[in-house]
Amino acid sequence: MLLIPCPYCGPRPEIEFAYGGEAHVVRAADPRQVDDAGWTEFLYFRNNPRGDHAERWRHAFGCGRFFNVKRNTYTDQIEASYRIGETRP
Amino acid sequence: MQRYSALALLKQTLQNHKGWQPQWRDPEPKRAYDAIIIGGGGHGLGAAYYLARKHGIRNVAVLEKGWIGGGNTGRNTTIIRSNYLFDESAALYDHALDLWEGLSQELNYNVMFSQRGVLMIAHNVHDEQSFKRHVYSNRLNGVDNAWLTPEQAKAFCPPLNIAPGMRHAVTGAALQRRAGTARHDAVAWGYARAADALGVDIIQNCEVTGIDRDASGRVTGVQTTRGAIASRKVGVSAAGSTSLVMEMAGLRMPLESYPLQALVSEPLKPIFPCVVMSNTIHAYISQSDKGELVIGAGTDAYVSYSQRGALHIATHTLEAICELFPIFRRMRMMRNWGGIVDVTPDRSPILGKTPVPGLYVNCGWGTGGFKATPGAADLFAHTIARDDPHPINAPFNLERFGAGRLIDEAAAAAVAH
Amino acid sequence: MTQAFRRAKGGRIDRSRTLSFSFDGKSYAGHPGDTLASALLANGVHLVGRSFKYHRPRGILTAGSEEPNALVGVGRDDAHYTPNLRAPQVELYDGLVSESQNRSPSLTRDYAAINDVFWRFIPSGFYYKTFMWPKKAWTKFFEPRIREMAGLGRSPKTPDAARYAQRFAHCDVLVVGAGPAGIAAALSAAKTGARVILCDEQAEPGGALLAEPDAMIDGVSAAQWLQGALAQLAAHKNVRVLPRTIAFGYFPHNLIGLAQSLTDHEGERDDAKPRGRLWQVRAGEVIIAAGAIERPLVFPDNDRPGIMLAEAARIYLERYGVLPGQRALIFTAHDGAYRTALALHRAGCEIAGIVDLRPKADGPWVEAARQAGLEVHAAATVTATRGRLRLTGATIAPIKGGSAIEVACDTLLMSGGFTPSVHLFSQSRGKLVFDATLDAFLPGAPAEACRVVGSAAGLASLQEALESGAEAGGGGTRHQAANAPVAQGGFIGVVPYHGDPGAVRAFLDYQNDVTAKDVMLALREGMQSVEHVKRFTTNGMASDQGKLSNMNALAIMSAVLHKPVPAIGTTTFRMPYTPVPFGYFAGYARGELFEPARRTAIDGWAAAQGAVFEDVGLWKRARYFPRGAEDMHKAVARECAAVRQGVGIFDASTLGKIEVVGPDAAEFLNRMYINAWTKLAPGKLRYGILLREDGFIIDDGVIGRISDTRFHVTTTTGGAARVLGMMEDYLQTEFPELNVWLTSTTEQYAVIAVQGPKARAVVAPLVEGADLSAEALPHMSMVECRVAGVPARLFRVSFTGELGFEINVPADYGQAVWEALMACGQPHGITPYGTETMHVLRAEKGYIIVGQETDGTVTPDDVGYGGMIGKAKPDFVGKRALARKAFAAQTNRKQLVGLLTDDPALLLDEGAQIVADPTQPKPMTMLGHITSSYWSETLGRSIALALLRDGRARTGERLHVPQHDGTARVTVVSPVFYDPEGARLNG
Repeated sequence: MLLIPCPYCGPRPEIEFAYGGEAHVVRAADPRQVDDAGWTEFLYFRNNPRGDHAERWRHAFGCGRFFNVKRNTYTDQIEASYRIGETRP
Repeated sequence: MQRYSALALLKQTLQNHKGWQPQWRDPEPKRAYDAIIIGGGGHGLGAAYYLARKHGIRNVAVLEKGWIGGGNTGRNTTIIRSNYLFDESAALYDHALDLWEGLSQELNYNVMFSQRGVLMIAHNVHDEQSFKRHVYSNRLNGVDNAWLTPEQAKAFCPPLNIAPGMRHAVTGAALQRRAGTARHDAVAWGYARAADALGVDIIQNCEVTGIDRDASGRVTGVQTTRGAIASRKVGVSAAGSTSLVMEMAGLRMPLESYPLQALVSEPLKPIFPCVVMSNTIHAYISQSDKGELVIGAGTDAYVSYSQRGALHIATHTLEAICELFPIFRRMRMMRNWGGIVDVTPDRSPILGKTPVPGLYVNCGWGTGGFKATPGAADLFAHTIARDDPHPINAPFNLERFGAGRLIDEAAAAAVAH
Repeated sequence: MTQAFRRAKGGRIDRSRTLSFSFDGKSYAGHPGDTLASALLANGVHLVGRSFKYHRPRGILTAGSEEPNALVGVGRDDAHYTPNLRAPQVELYDGLVSESQNRSPSLTRDYAAINDVFWRFIPSGFYYKTFMWPKKAWTKFFEPRIREMAGLGRSPKTPDAARYAQRFAHCDVLVVGAGPAGIAAALSAAKTGARVILCDEQAEPGGALLAEPDAMIDGVSAAQWLQGALAQLAAHKNVRVLPRTIAFGYFPHNLIGLAQSLTDHEGERDDAKPRGRLWQVRAGEVIIAAGAIERPLVFPDNDRPGIMLAEAARIYLERYGVLPGQRALIFTAHDGAYRTALALHRAGCEIAGIVDLRPKADGPWVEAARQAGLEVHAAATVTATRGRLRLTGATIAPIKGGSAIEVACDTLLMSGGFTPSVHLFSQSRGKLVFDATLDAFLPGAPAEACRVVGSAAGLASLQEALESGAEAGGGGTRHQAANAPVAQGGFIGVVPYHGDPGAVRAFLDYQNDVTAKDVMLALREGMQSVEHVKRFTTNGMASDQGKLSNMNALAIMSAVLHKPVPAIGTTTFRMPYTPVPFGYFAGYARGELFEPARRTAIDGWAAAQGAVFEDVGLWKRARYFPRGAEDMHKAVARECAAVRQGVGIFDASTLGKIEVVGPDAAEFLNRMYINAWTKLAPGKLRYGILLREDGFIIDDGVIGRISDTRFHVTTTTGGAARVLGMMEDYLQTEFPELNVWLTSTTEQYAVIAVQGPKARAVVAPLVEGADLSAEALPHMSMVECRVAGVPARLFRVSFTGELGFEINVPADYGQAVWEALMACGQPHGITPYGTETMHVLRAEKGYIIVGQETDGTVTPDDVGYGGMIGKAKPDFVGKRALARKAFAAQTNRKQLVGLLTDDPALLLDEGAQIVADPTQPKPMTMLGHITSSYWSETLGRSIALALLRDGRARTGERLHVPQHDGTARVTVVSPVFYDPEGARLNG
């Protein structure tokens, strides 16, 4: 059970959170401008790296906020957490 | 190949078993092969075997970064079944089940395929609707699957708690009698030995670090920790690490890798005669030939390559096991471990060609790859040999995501009212 | 029976009380402070078990949790029976009932010991090579025989009577192991004011100090020091000491799992008390003081009852006052065994000699032994042992060869040195480093905030243990040990024994009967990875998980492969350190507390009426309300008729509800749902459909516009949390510019549906502040008012096809309003109905249920709702996915249709498949499946909804539905079976 630093509430156990998948997967402001291949990529394709991973978590049983976490997917160690809209550290 | 039999055992006994030969060689990699398989699990070793046996391509190398069978082949709960809903899936897994039934004899290696029956427990009206849809679809597809009342389920599996007052009472069950378990390590070793005997080089401790392509984009070989190896056909069968290998060829995949954990109890005398699965309360259990209760948990919530699961996931699984089987509450967890499963958006595998000529992929089996081992290996070999998928694996292509032709077994069983 | 091997004094047992216990039906006596193992040894009982494969007679090998042989079943009855317990860990209590395992009919006469006669035929992995012909014989004959032979203890067949507890805890420092290093660490950490938890697997904290008669610490005897230290710790408010508590698992971010045994040691006298407690401790820092485990020596027939680890024998003597036998041979490569020999000698046990593998036996321990008159055989080895149910003798020979000596002995005490317990450290993903001088893996660079101290870190002396613990604790404390000379030495691998390695069995893994020759066979067969050897031979896979066997196996591999041990590597250490009962993990989550049920405000009323409930997600929902002896069919028929002809009342409280509020609320819903919301006027309702981003239906529900800036959104029962999470996701991460707030109100409202031609007559008299006439409140509109005096959101809406209202009131008033409506409806014959009737009525109208008519692969057009899509909207979730060319070009998709059976009385099975030709060979071409099927009392016949390929174009077509009991003939019809014009809705 990870200890996840919520930028709003501080470190809390993983069971308070819902995982939100890879971060910075941008949904186009106007999806009509994206071609079919691009939309398929947006829907289904992910980086899935071993190592640094930017991912979204929601403090579902806490403040309810989504935020981003930079975690190493090999060691599970968390390097940073930051708010939605903030630049990836 | 040195034949295995009771007589051979007897002969060896007379010389204190000093005449047994290595089950596979430990060769140095050659400079070039007709085909390379990346990943020495059951799927990869099996593909090499079928390439050699059915397609006459014997100049094949299996490259394994660690030890063969050390990935999900050696980490799963060994459940084998084919009672999938969609026609495409049923055909795929039933092809595997057909091969399982003769595998020990085919490989001359006892993989201990035990057709103990898999019982899938229904706990509510929605489960019943979903399982009956499976049962009907399976029967018309020629896949055995029968609907049982709670009493019939209890008769088939006496430790099952069917008390009506349970929090999630058992309302029925779907039973596939041909389904069961097998000895996972033996599958890898059996394929390795048989493939080796046909000339396949099994190269362990050989990690692929790059995939070479020519100007046209076609695959020409791989870079490894043991040097460059040329080949115009490269099959990737690296469950858990598929995204990492495919990235070497510049391909992004519709995959995410999640930890999946399992555990066993201390060994017990025979008490559990079959396999029981409950998707609703997340419990999967059988008893191994050694007597251990083998229990599978759900995947962890987040992407990870750490090969370990969280305590609260194991805890939830054991809560469910103790509800369904309160006689096991005093039994003790002896060993717990984790694997990495790669999961596709529709929870069905990808088995076929890729946009890179000469590069083939077999991945995305999620939590269910072991049961498909012989079938997937056979079809992967066919696809590599012919540069064209077999009709059974044709629907499991990479293009289906763009075309919206998902084979969504998970969504089909989704719960909502 | 007398305790013939109990000394008159010494040890930490309470001789003033005698406890009676039984083993295999025979009664024995022991004392408080005993373990089952020490008490059996006191009574001269060594033979306690049979091994896994060869069914070899086995004795007690160790004094700790690493015991591989002495596994017993304990429990006064089947509901309290636990198999596979280690006798050295079972604390003795009066009346303890225990039995041996894996033997039939008895421990001394075990039929399966025939395996031991034929051992040459069944080496490691033999089963991979045979039992393949005839094919059927594997399943029918061989496998059942193998299973019967395998396994150890028996599972009880009665549900466990015990309860279990769980606790989460935080601390600054968690110290694992309360030996000298751990206690020093806890004392030191406590001094800094840190919150400290100190846990230890044994009943009594102290570790090695519990069997330490000689050493002095800080000027007092070790026992006195221990007593003082524990008193100091107890006096600290910030320190919690947990005895009988195993740190079994090390999880990411310094979460440690502890398993605390609470009542086993008193025989679980009171089932109301929790038997054990699972702790999940988040620690700032972990100090691992887990000690070290003595290694057996690997020599021929090193497994007979009477053969024991040397340090274990000393513990039995010093801590329990028990002699292991009358005449002991010592076989060692480590000084510690000399200490055992001297202690036993002083206690009156005859020492048959000390056989030392080391080429030069010298040093203070050896000198002391020689001075005591003990015979030391340096550079010697043991080449054989004798005795079936108890050791009777051994053969000693010089390592270089030469004449062997036969020695009579009933006990052989061996020591190959100590293996540091690096399990937890390794679980934490800390790196292990091989130390060639110690022949051991030691903790290297840590991956978490943890430190390893004492003998777990390879520190051999008491002084180093105390110092390393005190330093790790950070409190600047110091301790001085005296009269504790260091004991050194060690050996890994197979000892020299001058025989054919294929012809003898020198056991590595006692429990699994893995011998040195098995490892050599595995290597010969090409299994060169340590994991392959482990899996092929099962070495290290027994319930001690390789604690005694791994290093010796690695040494054999190293010797055969000519590679240093670190190049061979080690197998991965996995949780749990020692086995933990499932019940600890399940904890409170059982029965009603296993996924606690959600219940509505009207649940109690329904239960009192005798309603039959069904599970929907976590909710309990009233399925039907039987009267008298009615079965479901009859009850539902009556309930349906009541709604169609009069009025029914239904608890719809489980529907998910989300309040969507803010200036951009309508725009937000525009972007989420397929429908258009901008023009929906306040006071109006609209049925909304929600897609996943990939274009498939995920949820639906009626949405009411309360005001310009406020919507009342309903979701499916099972989808409420999922929909709120999805809305929050888009709102917070994709559309942060929208000014909208989302609040779950599912639990805040009770929802009562009153449906039927007489619904208005029932509801109207209770309403204040609203006009319910068809003109003022037409279908799909809403009003805020009071119902039965309670503020309400009154929806004119119908999921039955009849005139209907859904009354949302604060949940606390739900039952009161329900009862008021029941009273008001009495004259109209108001009938409560359940989910089953709701399903039938909606199916008659062709209304879908998400999750039943849809399955995650269904689009709005598939279910005939394509027209609801807001065409003018530039975007909504799922729109772009549906517009993909390849997707839009699909033909032959499954569409929602109605089916009527030729035989109106025949009810199709939900889930049954539809085919054009039932006689075609398998695999058949399936055209679709039945999603809903009911008896329609209204229509006097069965009806069904189905998803059918190209279904709408097939209207009128005749198809077939193969079922268990024959094939039904059906005709494709519209999915709306009843009142297609909707006249009744608008009444």
